[in-house]
Amino acid sequence: MLIQQPADIAPSEITPQGVFDRRREFLKTAAGTALGLALQPVTDALAAEKLAAATRSPFSTAEKPTPYKDVTGYNNFYEFGTDKSDPAEHAHTLKTRPWSIAVEGLVKQPKTFAIDDLIKLVPLEERIYRMRCVEGWSMVIPWLGLPLATLLKQVEPQGAAKYVEFISAADPRTMPGVNSRVLEWPYVEGLRLDEALHPLSLLAVGLYGEVLPNQNGAPLRLVVPWKYGFKSGKSIVKIRLVEREPQTSWVKANAREYGFYSNVNPDVDHPRWSQAKERRIGEFIKRKTLPFNGYADQVAKLYAGMDLKKYY
Amino acid sequence: MLSQKQLSALKSLLFVACLLPLARLGWGSWSDQLGANPIEFITRSLGTWTLNFLLITLAISPLRKLTGWHWLLRLRRMLGLFAFFYVVLHLATYLWLDQFFDWPAILKDILKRPFITVGMSAFVLLVPLAATSSNAMIRRLGGKRWQQLHRSIYAIAIFAVVHYWWLVKQDVTLPAVYALLLALLLGVRALWREQERRRQLACVKPRTKERDKVIPIIARQ
Repeated sequence: MLIQQPADIAPSEITPQGVFDRRREFLKTAAGTALGLALQPVTDALAAEKLAAATRSPFSTAEKPTPYKDVTGYNNFYEFGTDKSDPAEHAHTLKTRPWSIAVEGLVKQPKTFAIDDLIKLVPLEERIYRMRCVEGWSMVIPWLGLPLATLLKQVEPQGAAKYVEFISAADPRTMPGVNSRVLEWPYVEGLRLDEALHPLSLLAVGLYGEVLPNQNGAPLRLVVPWKYGFKSGKSIVKIRLVEREPQTSWVKANAREYGFYSNVNPDVDHPRWSQAKERRIGEFIKRKTLPFNGYADQVAKLYAGMDLKKYY
Repeated sequence: MLSQKQLSALKSLLFVACLLPLARLGWGSWSDQLGANPIEFITRSLGTWTLNFLLITLAISPLRKLTGWHWLLRLRRMLGLFAFFYVVLHLATYLWLDQFFDWPAILKDILKRPFITVGMSAFVLLVPLAATSSNAMIRRLGGKRWQQLHRSIYAIAIFAVVHYWWLVKQDVTLPAVYALLLALLLGVRALWREQERRRQLACVKPRTKERDKVIPIIARQ
């Protein structure tokens, strides 16, 4: 399933020269320690929850990250309930292994990736992004992940593909919220192909240097930092390249209030509340919301000539 | 019937109980247990308790009719005033903690956001009720006029539930529960009133028993 181009081999996977030179000796000692390893307590396995050291990214903000307990305790993830504390309380039931992500539709090479292969596809990057919720609050989150474009290039989108659809898991046994009719399940989100290929669009598999907690959308979620948070689907199982604008769960629920684009925009209010300001979690006084959540320099050109009041 | 002493004790107990939601918020703020967004938590909680007190106040009269406990009526003023107490705190939280006295933004909110317009209307309408919640004011206005004025509580409660309904993002379960309870409380009044009207139309004979049940609205001291 993995593409075997040399450039795609993570540096961390390449055997150090010293070990390579002493490979016979290594094999002998390895055989001897195998038994010992088998008897080691499971704590070692848990320590592996730390993700391999990631590279720093020029896209990261220098702003102070929101505390881990807030990032992982205050979430909108309706599959586990509509209260902000519900996901942290209930998402432990979600089983994130085995997990595979099917990438299909208008592509030349449809593929299904096992999550553990996907994580090793390229060295993970740390991206410290602002996250602005449509409800008027925001956070700064140090994600770990790979550019969405990296994945999409693996499957080679066809010329007819104009949009990308993201389909989240919807298992009524492990996700109690999908028994409620508050939204249509599975949760569907979408991007225009050029938005999806933008280098800022990230597939996150971790945060704060650790494996993504279930309540944050484990094992794999989208992060599109210049759009309201709900555009970034969680616990993704399928990615489809399509010709027409996908019907997303929020557009189906209320098209007037939640548009397909949903770019962060202080000048376009939600029909029921203002979007001019936001409360950064942990701060007292609200701060001004920035166009495209402060990423205008990178993404405004994607929307050149578009009426953003019409395409909200 | 409760004795004067029992009633005083009950009132003191109720007074303390009515302050518990506020005490909980105070303790939660002090010990940092209000979650990632404490300002939102406080605003929402104060709003919820305003609504709770409005509904409890509205429940007094049907409850009295069902149980025959006429002393319940003597608790109603305190409960109504606590609804006002919590709405003042709710509004203060919005003006201070949420908007930080950004008056242009607040004015825009009141005019442009239907849920704030309706919430603010409910507050404005509640002010004269709180201001006339004293025996002196009942005497000054006269019982009938006072009662007419205080019937606006029905509209206020409807506005309050609409305010809640319009502010939630998608899951309207809780607002729907409040709407249902309010519909029940108002519906039972309408039903009883209709029954009373029919009875009056049906029997031209002078009423005997029903008359004795009328309770004066002026609280006895």
